[in-house]
Amino acid sequence: MSIAVVRPGMLTTVQDLGRQGLQHLGVPAGGPMDWWSHEAANRLVGNAPEAALLEVTLIGPELELLRNATAAVTGANFELSVSGRPVPMNQTFAVEAGDRLSFGRRVTGARGYVAFDGGIDVPAVMGSRATHLKAALGGHQGRALRRHDTLPLGAGGRTSAGASSPVADPPHIPLPSPTALRVIAGPEMPDAAIWQTVYTVSPQSDRMGYRLDGGAVQASGDHVSSAVAMGTVQVTPSGTCVLLMADRATSGGYARAATVITADLPRAGQLAPGDALRFVPVSFDEARAALQQMRARLPGSAA
Amino acid sequence: MPGPTIQALGDAAIVVTFGAEMSEAVNDRVMALAASLAAAPLSPHVRDIVPAIASLVVHVDPRHARVEELMAKLRERTKFYPVDFPRLTEPGKINRVEFREVRVHDIPVRYGGEFGPDLADVAAFAGIDAAEVVRRHIAAAYRVYMLGFLPGFAYLGKVEPSIAAPRRSTPRQQVPAGSIGIAGPQTGIYPQESPGGWQLIGRTACRMFDASSGRSLLQPGDGVRFVLESSL
Repeated sequence: MSIAVVRPGMLTTVQDLGRQGLQHLGVPAGGPMDWWSHEAANRLVGNAPEAALLEVTLIGPELELLRNATAAVTGANFELSVSGRPVPMNQTFAVEAGDRLSFGRRVTGARGYVAFDGGIDVPAVMGSRATHLKAALGGHQGRALRRHDTLPLGAGGRTSAGASSPVADPPHIPLPSPTALRVIAGPEMPDAAIWQTVYTVSPQSDRMGYRLDGGAVQASGDHVSSAVAMGTVQVTPSGTCVLLMADRATSGGYARAATVITADLPRAGQLAPGDALRFVPVSFDEARAALQQMRARLPGSAA
Repeated sequence: MPGPTIQALGDAAIVVTFGAEMSEAVNDRVMALAASLAAAPLSPHVRDIVPAIASLVVHVDPRHARVEELMAKLRERTKFYPVDFPRLTEPGKINRVEFREVRVHDIPVRYGGEFGPDLADVAAFAGIDAAEVVRRHIAAAYRVYMLGFLPGFAYLGKVEPSIAAPRRSTPRQQVPAGSIGIAGPQTGIYPQESPGGWQLIGRTACRMFDASSGRSLLQPGDGVRFVLESSL
């Protein structure tokens, strides 16, 4: 074992890119709430994109390292320290066996990503190490981390810390208020009120999705169960909007008013209860350009 | 027969809609498209194919796939509906999505008593006795219209209209694994303990889903018959 959990934080889970190819069997895809920060953290420490890391929510953990490692923390801006010494966000730093990595005050954003060289090496379930809390699948025993948990790291040893280490400043953090989430509208077209409303993420929100407070919306009716995507905005019969996130079920029976574009999913993943947002319809070309721009800002992308 | 509606679901998915209700004729078209996509892949950038009751969603990698182009390809594919297109009789693989050949299953059920706490309510809804509800539930040959809600949860249809009781107004916090429920024209089997609002009429000991292997007993397009194991 390479990591011991001293303090678990509010909700810390092992995540990787999630489960592909099984949604037709009702297996949720899962994966990171903020794909940009997840990918940036893995790139910084030299991991493959499929490597598993820890997703940290609102209150971060304290972890003891049991082997030397290269680490990086991306996403929500936290004050970080290693055995009492401050370390920076968004670039690699070295940790030695016996060091404690502590998350302090959260400055902005909701979810952080902690990558270690070698990746978190828990057993894969259905091809992925992502934790799905509701189905109690994957990750570390299908649940959030607790005090005294220990986690294995894969073989690493590649240290890239130092003055030449790239800095992966996130293009999407800090979030403005309200945060604009660009969407492709439909297939069940909503009335125009959805574009004029500033919504608030309600406390009834988690990795499955965010229930939004704001004015009621009409979208062309209920329909038989059909598939949904990450970022799909459902409208319930009472007119409430629900923004589906990483652990959503594969299908639903509510109208699908719009779906957040891939480039803006990281923004959605950094929202916390109380945050304000609005939806902005865009074209496919705009969605594609936005995704290219986001990806160009990943560490290691060609200038 | 009119062509389906083809729309984007964001910039990384496309939904093909064949109808608006649970019917064999409409679901046949969904499964024919799934079979077509398994036999001849749309694109190397397909991540998931999710057939549903009357529609099918193709999830793609937005870094490499242009949704409008794939929508046009799907329009071509669905222009003609071959009446005798086989319903996934051959196993197929779409990138990582695997469909095995269609099977018919017999699912043994213990009806009523502690296994079916809502059987009396369904009987009242139908104006018949509990034993007759069980007879009518067993009499039908069901199709797996889709899987969703939970890993391995199959939406089966169609329930005989007289016993097609609507879902309960207040869902239960905990439905035991293996419970058989009715919600309108749909019947289904809870593969694991979960909250649920369906009318519970019985329970099976059949294992519906195995997480370690990712295998589901039922797959979209399969046939299901319920078999009386016992009735309380």
